[in-house]
Amino acid sequence: MALEKRYGMAVDTRRCVGCNACVIACKTENALPEGGFRDWIVQEVWGKFPDLAMQIRSERCNQCSDAPCVESCPTGASHVAEGGVVAVNRAKCTGCKACIASCPYGARYVHPDGHVDKCTFCLHRTSKGNTTACAEVCPTRSLTFGDLADPTSDVARLVASRRHEVVKPEAGTEPNVFFLV
Amino acid sequence: MALTRRRFIQIGAAGAGGAALASGLTTRWWGLDGNGVPDPGTDGEKVVASYCELCFWGCGVLAHVRGGRVTKITGNPEHPLSRGMLCPRGAGATGLLYDPDRLEKPLVRRSKRGEDVFEEVSWDAALNETAKRLEEVERRHGREAVALFTHGSGGVWFKHFMKAWGSPNVGAPSYAQCRGPREAAFTVTYGTPLGSPEPIDLANARCITLVGSHLGENMHNTQVQELAEAIGKGAGLVVVDPRFSVAAGKAKYWLPVKPGTDIALLLAWMNVLLSEGLYDAQYLERHAEGLPELRAHVADKTPEWAYAITGVKPDLIRASARFIGSARPASLIHPGRHTVWYGDDTQRERAIAILAALLGSWGRRGGYLAPGKYPLPGYPLPPDLPHHGAPGVADRPKAGGYPLATEVLASGLCDATRPGHALYDLKAWLVYGCNLMQAMPARQELVEKMQHLDFLAVVDVLPAEIAGWADVVLPEATYLERDDDVSAPAYRQPFVAVRQAAVEPMYDSKPGWWIAKELATRVGLGAWFPWKDARDYVRTRLAQKGLRYEELAAKGVLLGAPVATCEEEGAPVGAATDNGKIQLFSKELQGLGFEPLPAYHPQEEGPPGSFRLLSGRAPLHTFGRTTNNRLLAEPYPENEVWLNADAARSLPGFEVQPLANGEKVVLVNQDGVRSSPVRVKLTERIRGDCVYLVHGWGQTAKRQRYAYLRGASDSGLTTRYKVDPIMGGTGMNVNFVRVERAGEAA
Repeated sequence: MALEKRYGMAVDTRRCVGCNACVIACKTENALPEGGFRDWIVQEVWGKFPDLAMQIRSERCNQCSDAPCVESCPTGASHVAEGGVVAVNRAKCTGCKACIASCPYGARYVHPDGHVDKCTFCLHRTSKGNTTACAEVCPTRSLTFGDLADPTSDVARLVASRRHEVVKPEAGTEPNVFFLV
Repeated sequence: MALTRRRFIQIGAAGAGGAALASGLTTRWWGLDGNGVPDPGTDGEKVVASYCELCFWGCGVLAHVRGGRVTKITGNPEHPLSRGMLCPRGAGATGLLYDPDRLEKPLVRRSKRGEDVFEEVSWDAALNETAKRLEEVERRHGREAVALFTHGSGGVWFKHFMKAWGSPNVGAPSYAQCRGPREAAFTVTYGTPLGSPEPIDLANARCITLVGSHLGENMHNTQVQELAEAIGKGAGLVVVDPRFSVAAGKAKYWLPVKPGTDIALLLAWMNVLLSEGLYDAQYLERHAEGLPELRAHVADKTPEWAYAITGVKPDLIRASARFIGSARPASLIHPGRHTVWYGDDTQRERAIAILAALLGSWGRRGGYLAPGKYPLPGYPLPPDLPHHGAPGVADRPKAGGYPLATEVLASGLCDATRPGHALYDLKAWLVYGCNLMQAMPARQELVEKMQHLDFLAVVDVLPAEIAGWADVVLPEATYLERDDDVSAPAYRQPFVAVRQAAVEPMYDSKPGWWIAKELATRVGLGAWFPWKDARDYVRTRLAQKGLRYEELAAKGVLLGAPVATCEEEGAPVGAATDNGKIQLFSKELQGLGFEPLPAYHPQEEGPPGSFRLLSGRAPLHTFGRTTNNRLLAEPYPENEVWLNADAARSLPGFEVQPLANGEKVVLVNQDGVRSSPVRVKLTERIRGDCVYLVHGWGQTAKRQRYAYLRGASDSGLTTRYKVDPIMGGTGMNVNFVRVERAGEAA
């Protein structure tokens, strides 16, 4: 029996220049409203001039295996969809924002149509075997999407072979987005 | 069945059982089985291949069209410059197409020049007015009194118009206000300018050295792709920058050099390479001349000597030089692009070119490559065009010119508009797609020069600042709405790419080819525009090689036969200089009275309490061309002035209430010119003796409602500039500002 799919992403912080191509491609691919973002860039800087270090991350919903947003949703709109992707059923969502309050990553926003919106790992593309819009556009090839349950996939290989971190591991959410450092 | 929201929530909260029960029941408003992710429906019903115009790199794109609207832009996987990937600007082209502030109709000025008061007119009226005014200039001053400033692919049609009209005075700010010093220096050293895209092999370099170039923020798609590829393969970066740039954040060595002292650092690097034998002696023996002179010249330029000038510690200079030398010949000293900094820029670029030679990287894998061009002949025109491209003299000042300028100086054309400055005066300007107000230094001089014009016409997509000074404004269609000539620059993989309209032009905008042809017809030059339209023009060009337009249009790009690009692929290393040798020591420069080897000369310092003003790029923006793009503005809404956090704490006047990060300040330059209010970014990522602005903000064009006075303009503060005596570039990093809290009295 084939293992159940577990979609994930590896984000190579050494390659990423923080150009925001992923952000713009996501906005146009998913026809996001003005002010709505499903992914974003974080630049973190440590040290004092001239002894400095910087990490650049293209962040998005971590598609957590233990997702507090799904737990907290009173209507069942937030649910676990194909490949472990955390999705929002717009019809069931009342825009109550309980999920926004529970998400440690700020990955969700309220769409002007009244429902909550977030990264879907482009399921409309990835369920047909394509990659996400952000990974496709990325000029530095920092983003690798795929099935973590398949040890031969690029993403599984990267996570197996490279040192990596997740954002806020202390939140205990078991993210499926891994930052290669 | 009607469900109230309250009842629905109760059902939802009942859990899995409730959901299972509801499964299969659908109601119009509260469908309970709609789990999953809906398709946003942005894939095109029609996908049109073209090449991008959000910057001038020319990446291959695919425009997705649905219901007559462009929904998204993706990279064309077949195109060698995009390889299926795009930068944010390319992906954000719909923000330009659907910019609510676009020029909609032709405009004719009805008030004093510069007051920005216009009347909307028909194309007929606007073109007739333009034709009449050009003919008036011709009658009074001759055809050569007309100049064209142009930047962008649609400029092809207006350059052709100038040939038919009979004026050689065609220039672009992309030379003397950008990459000119580099082109002059590489021509002196290797006999050839580098052009765009630069023929460099970032992907295969084991060491990449950036001198003031902030690749990664400067978002030339293919170069950034290759930079990441090199990093992925374990290449090391050496970054020389007063600012901890994105590239510096990835570097093995960051050298936070004092602004204006790069030449001293480059000489010290040469000193280390030569004294420690970290250069390619055999290569130099075979391909270069002037090594003994160079060796003597840098013998005393030790890292200790350079430390006192640059502020970079000798150990760091030595270690970085050894690293650079150890990776040779796949050790790429990036030539830079925007290189007009201090007026001695050709000499700094000479030092870069010489360093590349010491490493043996010219003509080698991981270094500088020999590109190839797709063999496509031009449009077959009769040979008796009124102007064949002989150089003009309008940008040659009476006081003598710039002997090694390889292109027309846009600044020279501006100067030649001041009566008596050049061999003849320019009286009319056509400005295609370049906002001279931000591109040129010393805005006050530019405005003064424009007052001497009899006529100024602007062709643009957006109401840029320069349009406010025009007599006639002609609204061009965006690249997504027009056909153009092909793009076939020299590249390691020769190619030819098509520009084709994805949708019809919005409003009353027209493609550049149409505007130029219609104008030509009205001044009696229609015969020089024998093509029906741009597509017919391209079709004719292709037919000469037996190529079908339809094939190119379907794929977007055709690839030429691969060429040998480096010694490893069988290409000869040779330089294109007169004797085929790389000129380490330049007799040409010596003969013209310039220093034959680059030397360090101190730059003037600013007044006490002031900071040197530096500028650069953000990845989401192409100068001021994209600052009104609402889509790109979302992640990057305005520029900020970068100021060292420690320096901010000791600012005079801020003792009682220190400056807070994000607070609005005004920059005041040495001549008292004040910027619009701009947020301050207090950061460790910059030296304490300079501040940094991303170029293109602080626009004063009211019709660009988003960009208007948003952020601060480095150009507006660039009241001074230092001209490079070798090629006429305008060094612009010679201005100093002090910081005031916004809202305080001057």
